[in-house]
Amino acid sequence: MSVSDRFTSGTPIGPRVDRGAGALRVLSYWATVYRRTWRGSVVSGFGAPLLYLGSLGFGLGTLMPGGVAGVPYVLFVAPGVLTATAMQTAVGESTYPVMAAIKWQRQYHAMLASPVRITDIVLGHLLFILLRSAVVSGTFLLVGAALGAFRSPWVILALPVAVLSSAAHAAPVMAFSAHQEDDGGFNLLYRLGAIPMFLFAGTFFPISQLPVAAQWLARATPLWHATQVARDLALGHPDAGSAAAHLGYLLLWAVVGFAAAVHYFRRRLRT
Amino acid sequence: MSSTSTKGAPGTGAGAPARSAGRVRPEAKEDPDRPSPTPVLIRGRGLRKTFDDFTAVAGVDFDVHRGEAFGFLGPNGAGKSSTMRMIGCVSPVSAGKLSILGLDPRTDGPRIRARLGVVPQRDTLDEELTVRENLLIYARYFGIPRAVAAARAEELLRFAHLTERADSRVEPLSGGMKRRLTIARALVNEPDILLLDEPTTGLDPQARHMLWDRLFRLKRQGVTLVLTTHYMDEAEQLCDRLVVMDGGSIAAEGTPRQLIDRFSTREVLELRFAADDHSPYAAVVQDLADRVEVLPDRLLLYTDGGDEAAAAVHARGLTPLSALVRRSTLEDVFLRLTGRRLVD
Repeated sequence: MSVSDRFTSGTPIGPRVDRGAGALRVLSYWATVYRRTWRGSVVSGFGAPLLYLGSLGFGLGTLMPGGVAGVPYVLFVAPGVLTATAMQTAVGESTYPVMAAIKWQRQYHAMLASPVRITDIVLGHLLFILLRSAVVSGTFLLVGAALGAFRSPWVILALPVAVLSSAAHAAPVMAFSAHQEDDGGFNLLYRLGAIPMFLFAGTFFPISQLPVAAQWLARATPLWHATQVARDLALGHPDAGSAAAHLGYLLLWAVVGFAAAVHYFRRRLRT
Repeated sequence: MSSTSTKGAPGTGAGAPARSAGRVRPEAKEDPDRPSPTPVLIRGRGLRKTFDDFTAVAGVDFDVHRGEAFGFLGPNGAGKSSTMRMIGCVSPVSAGKLSILGLDPRTDGPRIRARLGVVPQRDTLDEELTVRENLLIYARYFGIPRAVAAARAEELLRFAHLTERADSRVEPLSGGMKRRLTIARALVNEPDILLLDEPTTGLDPQARHMLWDRLFRLKRQGVTLVLTTHYMDEAEQLCDRLVVMDGGSIAAEGTPRQLIDRFSTREVLELRFAADDHSPYAAVVQDLADRVEVLPDRLLLYTDGGDEAAAAVHARGLTPLSALVRRSTLEDVFLRLTGRRLVD
């Protein structure tokens, strides 16, 4: 049969398109693209924990015979670097790739010509970012465990915490990216947001070392909350009550960020 | 740079052409010699698109029937692409009514888009992926099962003459190949309506003819084509019916033949003189044509009898460097309706 005779058949209008299905179609696009480059990302996924734990945990850590917060430094810093790396992945994946899909490669526009909706585009891309973050965090956990950087098997649960934390960072950053005219704002976001958060929100030292005002700033970041839960798990003294509060805060960032992302995506793409 | 002068009686009698180039609207909506009504797939009534303080589409009425090739013609900024984006359900309607396949884009965008094929002005291909992957990914957006998508991709690769490049990346392909891939991709959901926004802009002549040939086949197979273009040859080749847009409004509507009959004459006599300014000659030949237009390098005499007019010019002792008689084209209509000013 040629391309053809079907066109005259007057195909009936299809049923409503299921919302979840649209997001999975979008996720499947990003996963297809990722399949071309995943090997490189796995190599760097093993490299990062080796470098951080080697230099900080086992290098710098040996200069601190008393450890930090009552534990050897490597045990203190490993869960922090885990969540901080997940945050970096989330922010990285929700800036330039989002701008590219809006403006340079325009994949979002291709999706919008199909039954896929704006919410599907945001949700599908976000799910892919979480998948990326899960791969990075899972690799980190394997390497860290092999190096003896975690004390308790509870640390397994730090993986979903890191993924939720990635959602808390990626969703609002996606909204930010859709709001930017070009990539000029990303440098500002990294220098004023991601890097200071990486350095000061409890990854490398307890925030009690900071001036009081800075402590409150650190507590406001989603990363600090994720790190607290991950550290409690890794050190083997999880606390359900405080974990619920921390995770609730992360969820709030994720949900509000998602709503904002849908709003700004719609404004940007449906003109 | 140009001036238009009109003789008293309109030459063709097919409706009275207005004197000024610009808004010329046919008075009757229903054309008596239009074939019996086929189902209307797209209907616009008073359709408007406004951005903050800018009006891109200023209230247009049109019907697109099943199986026809319908064109939006107009200079840059006429509102063609904005109209197409509203039909494609990616741009919200600002005011007026738009119905596509009997559905309202405001509430049924995804269902309508499931039945459309869209060839956007700028390609949105994924250049990192292969030709085939582009088709398969796109099929997935429509929820087409993998096995069906794979079979269709083969078929469409053949249709677009891309089978040999199926597994090469898109990035190094020529502009014509990318365009054909974009069209193939737009057909992956077997759409009722194919929307083409300036399908051949930027392509070389071979690539354009190849593309027209593909579009012809689709049209013969009964696909409803809606396209925008500012190439008159493309419109004459492809469109059964078209509207000429200018400044966000529809200036004229009809078949290419009807538009030529209504807004131009059967033939055009082009006269070149050895002079920097051709306007003095216009006065001398004014009465030999329905309308005389002065261009920087030549005179255009709109007349039903080009050879007779040429003979009459020579009989008056004028000796043009060249005298060329040609048939009127859609381009003459287009320039008459939208003017010769430069739009950037």
